[in-house]
Amino acid sequence: MTTPPVLTVLDVHKSFGAHHVLDGIHLSVHPGDIVAVLGPSGCGKTTLLRLIAGFDQLDSGTITIDGRVVAQRATGSTVSLPPERRRVGVVPQEGALFPHLDVAGNVGFGLPRGAQSAERVAEVLGLVGLDGHQLQRPHELSGGQQQRVALARALAPNPSLVLLDEPFSSLDAAMRNQVRDEVFDVLRAAGATAILVTHDQQEALSVADHVAVMMSGRVAQFGEPAELYAAPSTLQVATFVGEAVVLAGTAQGQVAQCALGKLATRVGDPADGPVQVVVRPEQVSISSVGDERPAPANAVTGTVVSRSYFGHDGLVRVAVGDVVVACRTAAGELPPRGTEVHVWVTSPVMAFRAAD
Amino acid sequence: MTRSRPPLALVLPAAAAAVIAVTPIWYLVDRSFERGWAEVADELWRKRTLDLVLRSLGLTLAVTVGCVVIGLAAAWLVVRSDLPGRRILRVAFTLPLAIPSYLSAFAWISWRPGLAGFTGATLVLTLVSYPYVMLPAMAALSRLDPAHDDVARSLGKSRLHVLLRLTLPQIRTSIAAGALLVALYVLSDFGAVAAMRYEAFTWVIYGAYRAGFNPSRAAILATVLVLLALVLVLAESSARGRASARVGSGAARISTPVRLGRATPLAYIFSAAVLVPALAFPLWRISVWVRTYVSTAIDTAELFDALQSTLFLAALAAVATVLLAFPTGVLAARSNSRIARALERSTYVAHSLPGIVVAISLVYVGVRLLRPIYLEVPLLILGYMVLFLPLAVGAVRNSVEQSPVRMEEVARSLGSRPGAVLRRVTAPLALPGIGVGAALVLLTTMKELPVTLVLRPTGTETLATRLWRYTSVSDYANAGPYALALVLFAAVPTALLSAPSLSGGAKGSQS
Repeated sequence: MTTPPVLTVLDVHKSFGAHHVLDGIHLSVHPGDIVAVLGPSGCGKTTLLRLIAGFDQLDSGTITIDGRVVAQRATGSTVSLPPERRRVGVVPQEGALFPHLDVAGNVGFGLPRGAQSAERVAEVLGLVGLDGHQLQRPHELSGGQQQRVALARALAPNPSLVLLDEPFSSLDAAMRNQVRDEVFDVLRAAGATAILVTHDQQEALSVADHVAVMMSGRVAQFGEPAELYAAPSTLQVATFVGEAVVLAGTAQGQVAQCALGKLATRVGDPADGPVQVVVRPEQVSISSVGDERPAPANAVTGTVVSRSYFGHDGLVRVAVGDVVVACRTAAGELPPRGTEVHVWVTSPVMAFRAAD
Repeated sequence: MTRSRPPLALVLPAAAAAVIAVTPIWYLVDRSFERGWAEVADELWRKRTLDLVLRSLGLTLAVTVGCVVIGLAAAWLVVRSDLPGRRILRVAFTLPLAIPSYLSAFAWISWRPGLAGFTGATLVLTLVSYPYVMLPAMAALSRLDPAHDDVARSLGKSRLHVLLRLTLPQIRTSIAAGALLVALYVLSDFGAVAAMRYEAFTWVIYGAYRAGFNPSRAAILATVLVLLALVLVLAESSARGRASARVGSGAARISTPVRLGRATPLAYIFSAAVLVPALAFPLWRISVWVRTYVSTAIDTAELFDALQSTLFLAALAAVATVLLAFPTGVLAARSNSRIARALERSTYVAHSLPGIVVAISLVYVGVRLLRPIYLEVPLLILGYMVLFLPLAVGAVRNSVEQSPVRMEEVARSLGSRPGAVLRRVTAPLALPGIGVGAALVLLTTMKELPVTLVLRPTGTETLATRLWRYTSVSDYANAGPYALALVLFAAVPTALLSAPSLSGGAKGSQS
């Protein structure tokens, strides 16, 4: 891509007391891109967001928005643009609508007073499907509507960048997916560049164009969702993004020996020696011992220890020796607890050098 | 909370408020030492000064113990028991706060003059100030996790065991904070000890000031009283600091009340034993006075004059105090910088001071610095501001804290400068709380006695000073309507305080 990025975060550090929250963060976001910053709680993702918005000051590094340095601390140069001059829209957790203003007052808050203001309010409210709700008060809206008004408020002044801080975590599960889809449809329709901070890997993988996985103050991996899932750069990323079974093993060339037998490997560290083998549940197949369907020659046997039924599919946990392997199966084929089954792996697995 | 430097637009006015709050003290100390250390030492090393300290401390101790016992029992009854009518009792138990201590004292000695002295002072001060223990204890009790009780009971522990080993330790810090508040109140009280002719600090200071021939004696004694009060304030704020630390996200469930069963009549007897002398008796006395007044029918013009100047002064004080308090309150809520904390604390300094001390110090300030407004309305208002600034700061702070910082951050990111955010978001959101603060100052000012007595313009009489005049010459018939008016005005904020959400802010007024 040749267009310059909307946002560049360059080697940003931030500590609270002795605690290093951000430890050399790099990130760039291109126009129209929706980037999810994904990480476990405490990884520093919200701090990163607050630094970008200008609510907190960085210790060192540079943040650039639309080619303009908005925050910098390096030898000989300190820049800190106040939040109101950064042109960044923020959608916080639970919306944080101004309770003393009606919907129009909230959405129009960031607009200069004038005749066009009401038009713009109607326009962005239309975008989120709430035109006509101008005179309602925030407490009269449902949680999802509040969140959409918060989005409209953030979009109204045409920001360079929209920041969403776990905006769906306060919604109940039934509503979350729907509101999320609506919000991201709106963002894409508006052509907005956005960063979503979340700890929910499903949310990150399903809505974002790119995902930055943050772990202990650093970006562990940046890539497209499918890339992240299929080719994680580290064992930590592999286990955080998607379900995974980790088995100790020994690698030799492109083959690893572990509890599930000799498995072909595809990504990770090629070196020979002790490795951690990562198997996704959908790579594992099972069949009951004594079933007519023949199991492949490399299958091992195990005992079913539990099963979970999800409707569209199911998850069976099988004890093989002293390890437990999860296997995703069609919903109709869940063998009961105690069943003896053949277990085999259907595609090349990931292997990472074992930690010393 | 942001760690960044607080905006100058707030710091400067807050600093002005702090200066206004602290200047009187500085002048007081200055005045004490104007004749040198020898004079101070000479004044202090007298037997009567030592007697004075002992008398004040004795009264403080007796009243505090009484308040802890009554306040704790009352709080437990209305929060944790199944006593029928406990909602009404909750308000009734709070109402004695509405009776100015001097009024209660006059009610008693007009009935039994023999009560004057230690007995009467202890009785009256206990009856008017036990709510200072009860309110924080109530708040703490209702914050307790009811699951603790259930778990302890299911582990085979008795109710008494639960109360002594589980409940009391958990609310201990709240009780301590309340007890210290009572102690501070007793030390500062002027009206009750004066009416009961008990020679405690405040009354002696007033006497020394009135006598006029040795003004630095009043200043020196006031300085000693300030030191005593300061010790209590430090103890109180450290106790409160610990009390406010709580775990978890607040009570989600309502606890099942403890069944009193056959002890119910005992609970009613206790309630009656507190409420009759604390509430019913003074009200009965006032009604007797009013009836005598109506039958003798004299000067209503004087009553309306007093009412008018009371309302005028109180309204002026409320507006001025809230305006002065706003920047400090916002800073205290929004900035954890050292300067913000120092500014907030300094406004509290004067509040811990007995009203008589603030009055005497402002006399010195008036004579030295502000000659043109000495014994004029502005200086009196200044006195009220110094005394009640913390009430308003607390109200502003609480209401600003209740609106999330996130709102202000969002407003910033939408392009508003800090000043505009203050005007468009912070202030409107805090408005209801600020209104409560203004009302609190208004009504507390109406009851205030020592500052009004010392600083009012010559010829101006308020409800409180008229009441003081008539009762001090035992003219209870004429005092009646003033007493009634004061109780009516004072009952309003007290009813507000008994609402659970506000009980944390039960900081006392001084009279």
